[in-house]
Amino acid sequence: MTGPSLMDSLFQRSIDDLIKALRLSPPGTETAFVAKAIDEIRREIKSTDPHTKAAALQKLTYLHSLHGLDMSWAAFHSVELSSSSAHSHKRTAYLSAALAFNPATTDVLLLLTHQLRKDLSSPNVHDVSLALSTLSSICNTDLARDLTPELFTLLISSKVTVRKKAIATVLRVFECYPDAVRVCFKRVVENLENSDLGILSAVVGLFCELTENEPRSYLPLAPEFYKILVDCKNNWVLIKVLKIFTKLAPLEPRLGKRVVEPICEIMKTMGAKSLVFECVRTILTSLSEHDSAVKLAVSKVREFLSEDDPNLKYLGLQALAIVAKKDILAVVENKDLVVKALSDSDLNIRLEALRLVMCMVSEDNVMEICRILISHALKSDPEFCNEILGFILLTCGRNYYEVIFYFDWYVLFLGEMARVPHCQKGDEIATQLIDIGMRVKDARSQLVHVARELVIDPALLGNPFMHAVLSAAAWVSGEYIKLSRNPFEIMEALLQPRTSLLSPSVRAIYIHSAFKVLMFCVHSYLKLNGEESLIPSTLTDSELVSDVEVDDHNMIATNGQAPSASSVTHHLTQESLLALVNLVEINLGPLAGSNEVEVLERSTNVLGLIKLIKPMILGSLNDSEGDQTNRELKASETVKLIFDSCSEDLGPVSVNAQEKVPIPNGLVLKENLDDLEEICGDIKLPVLTSFSLVRPQFAEVSNSAECQDKEESELSTESTSLLAEHRKRHGLYYLSPGNAVTVSNDYPPAHDPYGKAIVEDEDLAKLTEKSLVTGKKPIQSKPRPVVVKFDDGEVTNVVTNRTRIKADLISDAVNEVLLGDEATTSSSSRRKPPKSRRVTEDSNISIVKLVWEVANTMGMVKRGDVEPQARIKNMIAKTSIKVIVGCMVSTGRGTGRIKQWKLKHQSFLIFFYSNAFLTKILRSVVVINILVFFSHWNWLC
Amino acid sequence: MIHFVLLISRQGKVRLTKWYSPYSQKERTKVIRELSGMILTRAPKLCNFVEWRGYKVVYKRYASLYFCMCIDQDDNELEVLEIIHHFVEILDRYFGSVCELDLIFNFHKDSLVEAAKEQASSISNMIAQATK
Repeated sequence: MTGPSLMDSLFQRSIDDLIKALRLSPPGTETAFVAKAIDEIRREIKSTDPHTKAAALQKLTYLHSLHGLDMSWAAFHSVELSSSSAHSHKRTAYLSAALAFNPATTDVLLLLTHQLRKDLSSPNVHDVSLALSTLSSICNTDLARDLTPELFTLLISSKVTVRKKAIATVLRVFECYPDAVRVCFKRVVENLENSDLGILSAVVGLFCELTENEPRSYLPLAPEFYKILVDCKNNWVLIKVLKIFTKLAPLEPRLGKRVVEPICEIMKTMGAKSLVFECVRTILTSLSEHDSAVKLAVSKVREFLSEDDPNLKYLGLQALAIVAKKDILAVVENKDLVVKALSDSDLNIRLEALRLVMCMVSEDNVMEICRILISHALKSDPEFCNEILGFILLTCGRNYYEVIFYFDWYVLFLGEMARVPHCQKGDEIATQLIDIGMRVKDARSQLVHVARELVIDPALLGNPFMHAVLSAAAWVSGEYIKLSRNPFEIMEALLQPRTSLLSPSVRAIYIHSAFKVLMFCVHSYLKLNGEESLIPSTLTDSELVSDVEVDDHNMIATNGQAPSASSVTHHLTQESLLALVNLVEINLGPLAGSNEVEVLERSTNVLGLIKLIKPMILGSLNDSEGDQTNRELKASETVKLIFDSCSEDLGPVSVNAQEKVPIPNGLVLKENLDDLEEICGDIKLPVLTSFSLVRPQFAEVSNSAECQDKEESELSTESTSLLAEHRKRHGLYYLSPGNAVTVSNDYPPAHDPYGKAIVEDEDLAKLTEKSLVTGKKPIQSKPRPVVVKFDDGEVTNVVTNRTRIKADLISDAVNEVLLGDEATTSSSSRRKPPKSRRVTEDSNISIVKLVWEVANTMGMVKRGDVEPQARIKNMIAKTSIKVIVGCMVSTGRGTGRIKQWKLKHQSFLIFFYSNAFLTKILRSVVVINILVFFSHWNWLC
Repeated sequence: MIHFVLLISRQGKVRLTKWYSPYSQKERTKVIRELSGMILTRAPKLCNFVEWRGYKVVYKRYASLYFCMCIDQDDNELEVLEIIHHFVEILDRYFGSVCELDLIFNFHKDSLVEAAKEQASSISNMIAQATK
């Protein structure tokens, strides 16, 4: 023995010393101490003296297991020490291996094979069981394959401890190396008849795990399991056997009939709660067609629920949740106890109870249950309160509001939920508000009412959790403004000073809604005027004229007039409209300098329109000149166009809508549109100049306009020819000249709300018939409002395709052993590896493909989400339209140039016009942008 | 199936770990942190089950020590409670009125956990194993 190792072994710290020192080290210095200890161990572990090495390894294992230190570097030392003849060293080595080795990554693992084999065949029982338990923790395919013969021998070992450990280890070996089943399975099965409880327990435990994955293969063993069920008196073994039957019974009805009796017997006679609970679970999960057994089980559940023990209460609720899937009446019987559990002190119990309560919800009791729950929510802690709200939203929204009959009530209730103090479910509430707006036409007026209450309340703006709800409310008020009693009031609410507290994206929606409201008011004003001017000789016209004159001379007179409340149009005098326009202008004016692109952009849009409209309104106040009327006419046309585009009903969009749009002939998705990029290349320069947020635009514009003019003239010839070429190739996606705004819609519409509504009506009729037969539902005085939905379902079914190749392999082998060869032929087909569906795609994604994919993703975004509009807008509006408008302002003066721009502009838009769905989503954003663009154009011409 | 066993003191110190499913060191630390945060904050006299990442964790407190076992969703929670109790009884017999310090200083004899897992029926049998 060399000097240093002797010193090491003499003065080495034992594990006890280490632990003591670690406990004594002052707080904070622990890491330093551990680092020092590791240094020490690194030195000691290299020693040739097994004692020193073992002690070092032991310390390292301790630090690894309780202080999370890395010990992968010491893997070889574990292997080395495992060959020591002393049992205590061997134990240390194996323990460290079991704790630290990772079957997938430890590379020295295979060096252990030989030692394990030696120890598995050792006459010393302790060595054998040590090797077995190590094998079970670090088993990989190679180890399993190489050690199967030894394991096979141990399965009939005369020593009980060894045999049961071997059986337990077999599970891991089967998982890693399914072929081992062919060798060992028969012996394992033989152990089922062993009288020793330890061995029996191990075998049953093994089968319990195996049946978990692929129960069908183990059906032939049912008689053996049945025997154990009847004869065995050990609770833990019985629980495992019951678990096996839970899996087997659904596969073979006759089996269910056989076992139900003994299970009921156990349930009646046994006192152990764990066993009784397992019986209950087995019956409720797999034997639910045996009525008397279920009855007994439910009565046991009731006993559990009435106990004081929180564990039993919790499990009782879980058991009821199992029943709820099949027989809701059993839950309703225990409603009192479930509702009581809602106010339990334990959150877990309350959650389970909540889940159950939500299971009970039906069309008849939804209002009552929601009322109970919301009162619970108001008095519980924030966390549980939000759980409750989440569950209510989930349940009520399930399957297109299946349980909701009175949508007016539900909409009001949503508003109420939003106001619950701890509410953090704003996003979900917002989604449902919009979704109902789109799907349920009849609920819209109430929805507008609720939205008004929300938007108008200045106190809500301060709560950041409310912002999502407010954005939805603002959207609703803007979209369905024609149902509102007082648009002016809504406008004031949308522009109130406290909106500065909102996040930019929400604020953008506010502004956009204000825009819609404004359009509505202006349009109805124009319509009113238009109608009157159509009949020039009637009294009303002259009245109006005199009114105007009076207004012109005496403003106070109109202010003094009381507006009649019955109709919107009665509010609309020129004065009030002008006041409204001024209000918008004053409030949005400062926002035109906002740093937030969304806010800036939308407010500029609105302001631009006001610029266009204002002369028109003022013009009717002044004496009209020839020029003025001309412009006014243009403006009123624009207003009409925008209003029309806004008043189209937004419907829900099916996820599959985009897929239904056939890919048009000649649209090559994989084609790279480099040439298009070239065409657009010259647009890129102005982006920078016209988009600066801080610097004033026009000073720079005049400079850049000149140099650009030169560049343009050079590039324009090239790009026009390229464009012409492109146009020739993809003529289909170019708009016919002079038809920029109206969209020719050659493709089938993504959805047809009217057609669906009819189908829905039929469904509803069927539903009512059915419910009348059962006689449970009271006859409703009015039919349930139509909820627009799609047959194909909007949620993509994510096929949970959990590949269980390993399990399949095991079961194949089991079948082979149990049933002989005929089974393998049928099952071998399953063994084929799943085809890899991934086709390597051209990484060079073309622009068209990108756009197409965007369209596809849009379909998957929740309907009515206000966000996608903004997102898409960011994509196009910013890159194309805005750029073009910017360029128009900066460079475009000649008509020829503008025409050229217009063509390029179209090349961006073709993709979006090319299918029905997108135009729908985009219409409010893109169309308006185009219209604003054209209004600019009109000015410039 | 039991996925892992943790013994955590009331102060959040880990006293014993045993992993039956492969977890990397990083995951282990994360699991311990998550679970001790969840379990130690629970008031007494609540139920002994916690749902965690699609699994269930059954825990029980003996003196200042929490015994936690992570099991599958459809395993029998009450049985696991019995196993924990069984395990504690074994420790008790082996150390003679077991206390936390015994565990701290005898961590390496962790084959006890192993033995409990295999649920052999006889307690003395296991003690014989542990003392060998």
